[in-house]
Amino acid sequence: MNFLNDPINFISGWMRGLLTGWGLPDGLTTVIIYFIGITVLIVFAMVLDILLVWVERKVVARFQDRIGPNRIGPFGLIQPFADIIKLIIKEDITPAGADKLLFNLGPVLAIASVIILWAILPLSAKIFGVDLNVAVLYLVAAGALGTLSIIVGGWASNNKYALLGAFRMVANMISYEIPMVVVLLIPTILADTMSVQGITQAQSGMWFAILSPLALIIFLISAIAELGRSPFDLNEAESEIVAGFHIEYTGMKFGLFYAGELLHAFTFGGFIAVLFFGGYGGFFGLEKIGFLSWLNNPFVQSVVFLAKAMFGYWVIMWIKYSMPRIRIDHMLAFNWKFLTPLALVVLVNTAVLSKVLAGLPNWGYVLGMFSSNIVIGFITIEILRAYGRKQRKVEVKLSPHSEQNKEQVA
Amino acid sequence: MTADQIIFLLCAALILGSAMMVVTTRKLIHAALWLVAALFGVAILYAVLQASFLAVVQVVVYIGAIAILFIFAVMLTRREMLDKGAQTRSNWWLPALLGLLILTGLVLLIISQPAFGRTAAEIPAGVDTLRNLGTALVSPDAFVLPFEVASVLLLAALVGAVYVASGNKE
Repeated sequence: MNFLNDPINFISGWMRGLLTGWGLPDGLTTVIIYFIGITVLIVFAMVLDILLVWVERKVVARFQDRIGPNRIGPFGLIQPFADIIKLIIKEDITPAGADKLLFNLGPVLAIASVIILWAILPLSAKIFGVDLNVAVLYLVAAGALGTLSIIVGGWASNNKYALLGAFRMVANMISYEIPMVVVLLIPTILADTMSVQGITQAQSGMWFAILSPLALIIFLISAIAELGRSPFDLNEAESEIVAGFHIEYTGMKFGLFYAGELLHAFTFGGFIAVLFFGGYGGFFGLEKIGFLSWLNNPFVQSVVFLAKAMFGYWVIMWIKYSMPRIRIDHMLAFNWKFLTPLALVVLVNTAVLSKVLAGLPNWGYVLGMFSSNIVIGFITIEILRAYGRKQRKVEVKLSPHSEQNKEQVA
Repeated sequence: MTADQIIFLLCAALILGSAMMVVTTRKLIHAALWLVAALFGVAILYAVLQASFLAVVQVVVYIGAIAILFIFAVMLTRREMLDKGAQTRSNWWLPALLGLLILTGLVLLIISQPAFGRTAAEIPAGVDTLRNLGTALVSPDAFVLPFEVASVLLLAALVGAVYVASGNKE
């Protein structure tokens, strides 16, 4: 065992030797090592979060044809640290009618619901928190805590806008959880396991994004809805309810909500990478070639994983800053009448085809899966087109201009 | 005392304390949130028992769906739901006595079991409990009948909900 091939076990083995050498009992040593490991993981996620503030601001600036922060430090890299100092020294206000305990619990839960996701995020085959056999469901469970944080924060603020934001968030989360759960079953079926390590290893030959592109799109949409980012940012629609659930939060408490949102977006980028783009692996078998075996190094794998996660995060930002906010009835109709049925169809299709095509050679399996998705996508678009045409005809009949036209003609 | 026992005792204290708060706190939304804490404690118990699937489903279903719907309904009430009356009635001793009797009966029943006091065997490394659970749910000589009956029941509830929500369209 050496440091370059298995850094985490190397360090923990070294620390175990050190601590038992000091005469500590075995159980206590395990607790201490796990505690240190958890702390290191959280610190890594939070430090990454600080950098994400800079990434987000720079990228949004490019999307909006601006330059972004560029005054403090090279390329404005020190800007987020200045922001943090500003947030910490700002006055911390708790509104008079607020429920103090719950008001303070909201931001803590918001960041905690994201941090606990890092427990199952595999940075490489050797660097990960824990390899749960129910990791996919764990992702959904963590989302429930995120909803709870927004409800608690919105209710405890004693503000009608905050409460409205919280209501909208509940409607959003409860409905988009369903296509997300359904679509999470597709990587589970394809990999035959719910563990993220298993799903990653099952994609070493072929990414699930190619086997089931529709599942990827549905997961991306419901992930954005769960994040509450535009076009699903009804919970903080600034033109309607000022700032939504975090209207009363100031200083670092607001900062925690903000940091939680950014880290959540990046984490979901990571999950998109794990579930559909092969996570830290997925080199299409290249890593088995002799001179490319360095691709199996945990550090290389971590860099690959973070790059893929950053790509997913970039796509989420791209959508956020390009799409207008949708109305709440459109949002719910889109989910219940379109996304959920489509997710169910794709799930049934994948489940049946994975058994039917099991006997075929690998290329036949991939081709069958991919083309079935294309066919479903094509039929969906045709149905949508027919529906849109019908709607337009109804609207022409209803519009006042057409009545006037008729009267003028008559 | 092993680490498992310490975690169990902490968990039990969390569950019982939160459950106590659910019925004694005067603010409805606090009661709902204490309920979340109690349910979370049960999830930790499942995790300690190596029933990872049950633990996660406990959080998804009870906290993610049921508790959030509770809180959603309670939020519509604002804080005017503060109950100012007395929290006990004059005959509180009767249910307390009943509860004590039931507890004693349950404890006696558990102690009389042959498995009482034994440590659970470790699950062997190669066994995937989740896979076994899934197979048991759909295999004919295990639980396929209750599983299907439950799904038919849920489907009926779903159809009923759609019918009620769609209104009378005659």
